Amino acid sequence: MSLPSPSLSTAPLAKDWLRFSPEGLFELRSGKVELGQGISAALTQIACNALGIKATQIIWLAGDTRYSPDEGFTAGSQSIEVGGQAWQRVGDIVRSHFALAAAEQLSCEVSDLTLRDGAFQGPSGQQTTYHQLAQENKLAWEDIRVDAEDPTLLTIPTELETVTRSDLWRKFTSDGFIHDRRLPDMWHARILRGPHPFSSATEWPVEQLKKLKGVEKVLIQNSFVALVGRDEGALIKAHAQARQLVSWIVPNIPAQQAAHILLPSMESKSSIALHETGQSTQSKSPGNDKHRLRRQYSRPYIAHASIGPSCALACPTEDGGVQVWSHSQGVFTLRDQVARALKLSKQQVQVVHEPGAGCYGHNGADDVAFDAAFIAHTWGLNVRVQWSREDELTVSPMGSASSVDIQAGLSAEGFIQNWHVQVWSHAHVNRPGWGNGLQLLGAWQAFPDEQIPEPKDMPLPAGGGLRNAVPAYEVGELTVEHHFLEKSPVRVSALRSLGAHANTFAIECLMDELSEVSGQDPVAFRLKHLTDPRARHVVQKVAEMSNWHARGHAGSGIGYGMAYGRYKNKAGYCALVAKVEVSERVKVLQVWSCVDAGKVVHLDGLRNQIEGGILQVISWSLHESVLWTEQGISSNEWENYPILSFLDVPELDIHIVDEPNNPSLGSGEVVTGPCAGALGNAVAHALGVRARHLPLTPENLILAMDQSHEPVTS
Amino acid sequence: MIKLQHNRDQVSSTQDPQGDLLHFLREQCSDASVRFGCGSGHCGACTVLIDGQAQNSCTTPVWAGEGKHIQTAKGLPEDEVGRIVLAAFVEEQAAQCAYCISGILVRITGLLKNQPNASVAEIKDSLSRHLCRCGAHARIMRAVLLAQKNIQHVTTLP
Repeated sequence: MSLPSPSLSTAPLAKDWLRFSPEGLFELRSGKVELGQGISAALTQIACNALGIKATQIIWLAGDTRYSPDEGFTAGSQSIEVGGQAWQRVGDIVRSHFALAAAEQLSCEVSDLTLRDGAFQGPSGQQTTYHQLAQENKLAWEDIRVDAEDPTLLTIPTELETVTRSDLWRKFTSDGFIHDRRLPDMWHARILRGPHPFSSATEWPVEQLKKLKGVEKVLIQNSFVALVGRDEGALIKAHAQARQLVSWIVPNIPAQQAAHILLPSMESKSSIALHETGQSTQSKSPGNDKHRLRRQYSRPYIAHASIGPSCALACPTEDGGVQVWSHSQGVFTLRDQVARALKLSKQQVQVVHEPGAGCYGHNGADDVAFDAAFIAHTWGLNVRVQWSREDELTVSPMGSASSVDIQAGLSAEGFIQNWHVQVWSHAHVNRPGWGNGLQLLGAWQAFPDEQIPEPKDMPLPAGGGLRNAVPAYEVGELTVEHHFLEKSPVRVSALRSLGAHANTFAIECLMDELSEVSGQDPVAFRLKHLTDPRARHVVQKVAEMSNWHARGHAGSGIGYGMAYGRYKNKAGYCALVAKVEVSERVKVLQVWSCVDAGKVVHLDGLRNQIEGGILQVISWSLHESVLWTEQGISSNEWENYPILSFLDVPELDIHIVDEPNNPSLGSGEVVTGPCAGALGNAVAHALGVRARHLPLTPENLILAMDQSHEPVTS
Repeated sequence: MIKLQHNRDQVSSTQDPQGDLLHFLREQCSDASVRFGCGSGHCGACTVLIDGQAQNSCTTPVWAGEGKHIQTAKGLPEDEVGRIVLAAFVEEQAAQCAYCISGILVRITGLLKNQPNASVAEIKDSLSRHLCRCGAHARIMRAVLLAQKNIQHVTTLP
């Protein structure tokens, strides 16, 4: 029997996960951190239910390298599957041990106990609590093994409450973010960076920089240049002026072109990632293709574009090390990378997670944490570093572009019998700790001998560029070909759902194109190729919710599009229908979505992820594209990197399938691909012409209409 | 010396009057609820009310606040309308990361004071000065409509 979460092997004892505070509170620990996704509320719900306590009795210590279990990155929709499952098991085991001790203490049977607010009550009203039992040493609780493979779990009747987020009030009205933390004798610092992450300068105008109002120190080590001052407002203005004083040298990068033209023209390492000689099981007469389509789809580079800029604080410590406060997704690997860069032991570096603004993947959080740690350690300052808006949109890692080419053949009965997909894309993960060497922008600047790690992508089945390149459908013979591009014109790393956005967009658009060429309804065509009953259910349900069969003819200006996907081919199921109106531009009117994420832990948190995912992907798919020239990244402020406006928010209708007897499945990224596919299909239905390249801007729609008169290779 | 009212407090600044109001509030007035987002007036994270009108504090110099009443999200719990708006945002759990919300709370408080019967289109237009990246827009709209309903209910009580 395997453990429900790998975290239990990493942190096998009860004391790794909880402590009983002298004030009667429960100090709970987790490696999964609050990134704005609401995970702290979901974990609180799990812990409350398992331990029979109230949310107000809990203090979380999450993502603190001094105290928390190392559960890796808070990423990949793994927090419920890994962090939540761990806490469920820890809570169940701890409750069971304490219940035995309580029954003995209260001289009753375990079956006579009830549990409320952390107090066990016997049949005649006699009580004891977790804290009393622990303090009176009624059991050796600290060393209870939570990695027991087949533990005896005792169920005690308790009151369940629905948890809401406890962090919102402070974030709304006060100092709820890392940006608001202060250190004694604190300096502010801004790092001088050019219009491209790998831009440099032959000389730094140091004397001019020192004269800028607000700059009290200029710290330089090789290409790492920091402006330091006490007055943050003045320093921000000085930083903007300083950038203009430097003659920036921008690396040679290829001229900007649409991703489907640019990426296949770049040098690649090509391989067959997967080949299955499967036969179309349902086709009565497999053989020559009755219909055959070859289509190319793409998405551009996309920025994280969080509303709050990356920020970190650091101070030197007495042992010659450094303490860092960061909104990183992975405090333990950040600690290891900072220690390695600064030639310190891991024990000399402590990283404490503090909430930042919204995190959708590997953004500037780790980089700015190094910036702060390096300044604190090298120049002995207590320092707070915050990036500028321009830094966020230029030197931060971006989500990689993808070009996806699919050829598929249909049998005479309209079944898919072969499918060949080719993906051109870069590494979708360049996180700290991924690859050999340091993945920290400031470290590359301060230490020119540090080699940038050789890019490598995450292989299947999870996949980076190939995430969800394997269709969820029965397709007969399947070939997945990867054209891995090492060099990229912009810095790339993990952005929400990695390659799944582009790949699912491509698959779902092609599914519609195949159904159209063979005269089949898109929903019926999908159902014909789906065997998993849970997949079929979400597709059928969303068709019913959106009144799919009344959707009308193509080309009316109003369009309905549907798409289905199962994130990573193993997490949550999602089907989605979008209704759009296309005139001069695309306006999304309504989105219906049905999601099956197994057992639901925290319903409102899940809904929030689904709603937010849909709206973010509408923004990506309709508006967003990183732009560059030979002078560097030119989409460097909100005016030239527009995102979704409140004026363009559609009606949302979300249905969650609760499957209490099935394990919880990751769902934070489940809508990303299907939403893009549904938008592509809805726009094609509205226009009667297919636009295959994201974003679906007026310019790209006009291009598609112009090209629709040209023959497509079939 | 610049004198102004920050929520309920009378404050004065001996600092550079050309400095931005955002950092004056954050640093001199210890008001962390005013958030830096872009520094160029595009995202709305730093929105405050100046004599009841929503403004970006990042592009407003301190001198422009002379003699004025500056209201921020920190002061909303003590404001009759602000309190109701805040409660509605908590009830609807209207946020993901919440970084954009302080500015939105302030603008909506100003809107519902000036136009308690604002239409959905007017509310959306008002919110269009704010960017949200997490996609909390739909629940933000629900919270605003709930606040509007609750304010109307309070003001129609005998």
